[in-house]
Amino acid sequence: MTVALPRPDPSPPGSPVKRAVGEVLSRADRVFRRVTTGAGLSMLAILVVIGFFLVYRSGPALDASGFGFFTTIDFDAANGKLGVVGLLYGTVVVALIAVCVAVPLSILAALYITEYSSGKLRGFLTGLVDLLAAIPSLLYGLWGFSFLGPRVAPVSAWLTDNLGWFPPFAQKENALFINSMFIAGLVVSLMVLPITTSVIREVFTQTPPGEKEAALALGSTRWGMVRTVMLPFGRGGIIGGSMLGLGRALGETIAVSLLLPQIPQIATHVLQFGGATISGYIANNSGASGLALSGLMAAGLVLFVFTLATNFTASVVISKSRSGAGVDA
Amino acid sequence: MTTTVTPPQAKPKPRPLVKRRPAATTREDRLVSLGCAVSATLLTWFVLHLLLTSPGRLADLVVAYALYLAMHYLVTRDRLGKLAATDRLVSTVVVTGALGLLVPLLFLLGYIVVKGAPYLRWAFFTHDMSSVAPSAPATDTGGLHAIVGTLEQTALTLVFVVPLGLLTAVFLNETRSRFRRPVRVMVDAMSGLPSIVAGLFIYAALIIPGIQSGVGLFSYNGFMATLALTMVMLPTVTRTVDVVLRLVPDGLREASLALGASRARTVWSVVLPTARTGVTTAVILGIARVAGETAPLLFTSFGALGMNADPFSDPQESIPLFVYRYVKEPLENVQQRGYVGALVLILLIFSLFAIARIVGRDRSKRKSRATKPNRARNAQENR
Repeated sequence: MTVALPRPDPSPPGSPVKRAVGEVLSRADRVFRRVTTGAGLSMLAILVVIGFFLVYRSGPALDASGFGFFTTIDFDAANGKLGVVGLLYGTVVVALIAVCVAVPLSILAALYITEYSSGKLRGFLTGLVDLLAAIPSLLYGLWGFSFLGPRVAPVSAWLTDNLGWFPPFAQKENALFINSMFIAGLVVSLMVLPITTSVIREVFTQTPPGEKEAALALGSTRWGMVRTVMLPFGRGGIIGGSMLGLGRALGETIAVSLLLPQIPQIATHVLQFGGATISGYIANNSGASGLALSGLMAAGLVLFVFTLATNFTASVVISKSRSGAGVDA
Repeated sequence: MTTTVTPPQAKPKPRPLVKRRPAATTREDRLVSLGCAVSATLLTWFVLHLLLTSPGRLADLVVAYALYLAMHYLVTRDRLGKLAATDRLVSTVVVTGALGLLVPLLFLLGYIVVKGAPYLRWAFFTHDMSSVAPSAPATDTGGLHAIVGTLEQTALTLVFVVPLGLLTAVFLNETRSRFRRPVRVMVDAMSGLPSIVAGLFIYAALIIPGIQSGVGLFSYNGFMATLALTMVMLPTVTRTVDVVLRLVPDGLREASLALGASRARTVWSVVLPTARTGVTTAVILGIARVAGETAPLLFTSFGALGMNADPFSDPQESIPLFVYRYVKEPLENVQQRGYVGALVLILLIFSLFAIARIVGRDRSKRKSRATKPNRARNAQENR
């Protein structure tokens, strides 16, 4: 348009002079900024306050048992023996079983949804995963306790009879096969399934289509394409999704409280009656008071720290896997 | 190139475009699958039932499945080669994995409906448990107090969650604050917060001091449950709304800002209305999640047998607590009460989910209508 060659010093009205655009906020904007920042920071505040109160209330228990809290297996406030090891062990074992069952299944399901199904079925299955996530833990627990448990017991018995040389499958004489950590792990895996599936599915759908088509155009079969493009691309998401699932499984409460007898112990025999998890133990002892309550708070604090650490790592892994792929999501 | 105008002769008919789909299943493939399935079944039956004694139906299924996979692989390798055989094998396994998603859900639903439906009467919705004797049959169960409690607690939770969650999501998306990163990480971390810890926190921070100092509001009641539920629901709603807001095209925002609207005005009049259906879906799914939450209630609302319509004082019942209490009892008629409650809970969650889907679909329908003409035009141009 107009090109002012030598800039006229007293700029006549209407000439193209760069105007300094300062961000002058209107009052509405200032209020807006303050309110939204406040809301965002309240999220931080809630977490800090939760941590503070758990530490504060667990003080008596930690004072009473000292460092022994992290080395004692029993949780018996009446005798002054407070320890989190037995509970933590059960929590981790159940969560690991759950993740080991859920992750392969959710990789397959995510693959099916993104690659193998088409059109309407894809929408239906995506909705189904959401629905699975919406079903409360209580109902899973109820079902696992009265329907799945008795039906899995023969499988456990068979595993013991035939694979008893493998330590986790061994069991003591005449032990029951119901209410085992194995069954609890299976039920929790159903609850982990939606979250891992949706994370993995999301990562799979972000695979660059160009690379997929390139693999196919080079004559690869569908499986070849999945193996060489989608799985390497989605590896970060698979790991992150598994860890997110692990975090969920660690905190799963009601189902486990219905399924396990909640006896703190270190039992290597996962197929037999027994086991406890932190969250389930807390739920079953909600009427506790005094030192026992303080011990529960301390156990809750351990669980809190554990799940936060897991989730934090998971979200870092997932966001890394996304940003590394050059896809901002 | 050629300038001579050829007389209009009968154009050679263009060969009909047939899409070649190397991955499609042909009739032959289907026959092979069927044949393999039949022979695997028969072989399993022969080996496990005639030669050996089968350890159970599950073993039959596992053996038959393994045999099917092996047979299918061998036959396809013979027909089409090794690569195709591996491809088909993996496809079969993947389909099985997807079924693994569906089967537990069907079993779960079927089981709860079968156990609960015979004892569900209309009376469940009209009276509470205070006048029902423990030995009364399960058909006398009353759940009005639980339903009222769930409705009140969920509604109160929404009062906290919707503004706070929306504002946080807006903060994450529409502002350029330097706290966005830590807040996003914290929201992510908090969404994995075990619900029992939320309950424990409210118990430790409010209820214990409240009872010691005799403040009625900070004691076992529905409001405390609401606070715990807020902590459970807030991160999930925030995250989903965050995703939905991200889907709003930047062009709309820029257009609004270019017209001179302030940021607040842009969010209020452009971003939020555009994302309305998505936000609604997120909130409804959040409700479904909260309605079934049990663990934090054990420490906060505590549960009661009779009607308590006031969420701000005295223990209050809700459907999950109702179910949890009764299914743990050894007596059969009492357990059946729990299953009735579970059926009502699942119906509630399903209807919420259906509403969410309908609300969400509205938008996608409009979108597909808008894109369809384009697709038709593209197809014409390609030809």
